[in-house]
Amino acid sequence: MSAVDVGRPGRPSRPGLLGGIWRGLRARFYGNNFLVLITIVLFAAMYIVGIFIYRDKNFGSLNSFFDMLNSNPGLIVIAAGMTMVLVSGGIDISVGSQVAMYCMMLAYFMEHKGVSAATMIVVVLVTGIVFGLVQGVLVAYFRIQPFIVTLAGMFFARGMTAMISPQTIDITNRDFMGLATKRIYFPFGGYTNAAGVYQRPFIYLSVVLAVFALLVVFTIMTWTKFGRNVYAVGGGEQSALLMGLNTRRTKLTVYTFNGLLTAFGGFLFCLFSTGGAVEKAQGFEMQAIASSVIGGALLTGGVGNVIGSFFGVLVQTTITKFINFNGTLANGWSSIVLAAIMSFFIILQSVFAYVRNKRR
Amino acid sequence: MSDVVTRDAGPAAGPGPGGAARRVFRRILHSRLTFPLVCLLLVLLLNVIVTTATTGSPGPFFQIALTNGTLNGPLITILNRSSELVILALGMTMTVSCSAGTDISVGAVMAFSGSVSIWLLGFGTLPQNDYHVKAYVVPYVVGLLVAVLVGALCGVWNGFLVSRLRIQPMVATLILFTGGRGLAKVFADGQIDKVDVASYKWLGNFIQDSSGKNIVPVPTAIFIAGGMVLVTALVLRYTPLGMNIQAVGINNKASRILGLKSARLILLAYVFCGVCAAIAGIIATSRIGGIDANNCGKLIELDAILAVALGGNSLAGGKFSLSGSVIGAITIQALTTVLYSINVSADQLPFYKAIVVVIIVVLQSPETRPMWERFKARWRRTAPSVTAGDAA
Repeated sequence: MSAVDVGRPGRPSRPGLLGGIWRGLRARFYGNNFLVLITIVLFAAMYIVGIFIYRDKNFGSLNSFFDMLNSNPGLIVIAAGMTMVLVSGGIDISVGSQVAMYCMMLAYFMEHKGVSAATMIVVVLVTGIVFGLVQGVLVAYFRIQPFIVTLAGMFFARGMTAMISPQTIDITNRDFMGLATKRIYFPFGGYTNAAGVYQRPFIYLSVVLAVFALLVVFTIMTWTKFGRNVYAVGGGEQSALLMGLNTRRTKLTVYTFNGLLTAFGGFLFCLFSTGGAVEKAQGFEMQAIASSVIGGALLTGGVGNVIGSFFGVLVQTTITKFINFNGTLANGWSSIVLAAIMSFFIILQSVFAYVRNKRR
Repeated sequence: MSDVVTRDAGPAAGPGPGGAARRVFRRILHSRLTFPLVCLLLVLLLNVIVTTATTGSPGPFFQIALTNGTLNGPLITILNRSSELVILALGMTMTVSCSAGTDISVGAVMAFSGSVSIWLLGFGTLPQNDYHVKAYVVPYVVGLLVAVLVGALCGVWNGFLVSRLRIQPMVATLILFTGGRGLAKVFADGQIDKVDVASYKWLGNFIQDSSGKNIVPVPTAIFIAGGMVLVTALVLRYTPLGMNIQAVGINNKASRILGLKSARLILLAYVFCGVCAAIAGIIATSRIGGIDANNCGKLIELDAILAVALGGNSLAGGKFSLSGSVIGAITIQALTTVLYSINVSADQLPFYKAIVVVIIVVLQSPETRPMWERFKARWRRTAPSVTAGDAA
């Protein structure tokens, strides 16, 4: 402890119990995970308030909580990928259009061309990797701003969706629907509805897959060389380069991996929405970015946590649920409240950045 | 003048008629406006080819006819339809130049300011009249001014976040991008509000007299866009504002040390961008005679950014060319027109725009030229050995 003490001269090298706690808190405060902590506290507070306000609507039941996850498996995965891209110092605004494209691919080829579900899932994942690879090459090797590259990707994917088919196609493929409706029941935490029937809480298989993907991304970002490289590149590209990192290849890998995650998220989104349409997943990219920002990712890069983005998704869903449960508010309000929460977090981030710069 | 030419060409160009021609050529090649103009000409050429292919002669594309007191023709349509984009591109050029960032909230601000002005024009009477404004409750001019004021306030918010709190422009404007449309929906009560007063449609269509006859044959939007371009260009040219904004964009810190109030300049650019968005919103709502909060200015921010990039402006900030952005905006509208005329649906349009964007940015990329040189060098090195192998 004393060996690594970097306290100012004149201070005792070994802090007391309170001093230790204070130092620990201060390290947390300035550390990367403090914003995540705020998000989690905010979510918990909102949820507890919701339980009391909407007591009659079973807000507190496990069903209600699982419902929030069940409607967002795609967003969970894509927000995790977005966090990774943001940490690397980039941005990807093409994910919403990509999701629409993958949904349309799945729907069109399974319904109109009779391709099997398993083949199509593989095709979608490979398409995602290729899409990410092309974007990555443009960002990393041609040094074009990520915003512009993914803007083109956004246009491309949305136009491609309309090229595949301009119609709305519902999926009826039996294997796919089997996957989509697979429920995993929980033995407790349900509620009895007005008719006196006990409602068992359940989650869809897609949520399990989404959480699994989230944990994989978290593991990669936290405990692998590649993950640490991403943080290094985002934190300061010049320093990372001088340190001997292949920053270009790291960026390329980030975008390629994000392409794969987006394709997987698109597949999960399709499991929930079971159909393809040109207008699908409109504004999805902004939801993903908002989740990451609320979850503590700095858009300047280098700071962010995949787990935070998961709570960002939950905070967003809770807002929507509040607005829906209220019933009297116009639908514009959910985006207004979301914008307000986002500005709170963004301003908080800038205050942190200011304080941190001042300390240096 | 001649002094400039000799300095540009340098002593290496040498004397003689060939040298002069080369000098002129080089000047044209190095002009900032060459690239956007070539793009515009290419797209217009495409228009001409398509018109020729469908009607048998290139004539109809250039035809401008006076029917029912209005000028009609593809060129007029392109100019008319591009006016919102031209106005937005002006504001966007300023924000890109001084903060190296794009304002992605312009589409939402368009919808927001439009819906606030209609809410005010039909204040309190909207629900009774089935969301139609039958008569102005407040004077029309007040409605317009309030719309501009709303745009300016949105600009102040964006500019405050960017200049004072040092938030990345895209993130700062993301807030209004998300919330602006929601606010528009709240003011429009979640409905599509219509205005039934004839004068409301003047700004987006034609100015008419009381009997409904068109007085001015040219669409009003062209005048508004032209006026905006003129005023902006004159202000930037005859005040130090343009140079100061560029200075802040090139090096924020250095210009602050020089004594420029960089934060205030950035704020000003965002306010200007908001005002531009509000004016574009007025035109857009006037065109359809009402506000559709979901679709007013939808995805137009991306077209505006594209217009700035097409105009040869670096998205990394610094020097800007206003005329380039204007040409870029018209090019996009011309491209849209040609794609519509070959039966590309509105949904498929983004696909082609994406290809155009990628080609432009790859050509503009600083990495492309070295990459091409490396490729050429490698090809030269391997080429002789291949021919030698063939000979053997």
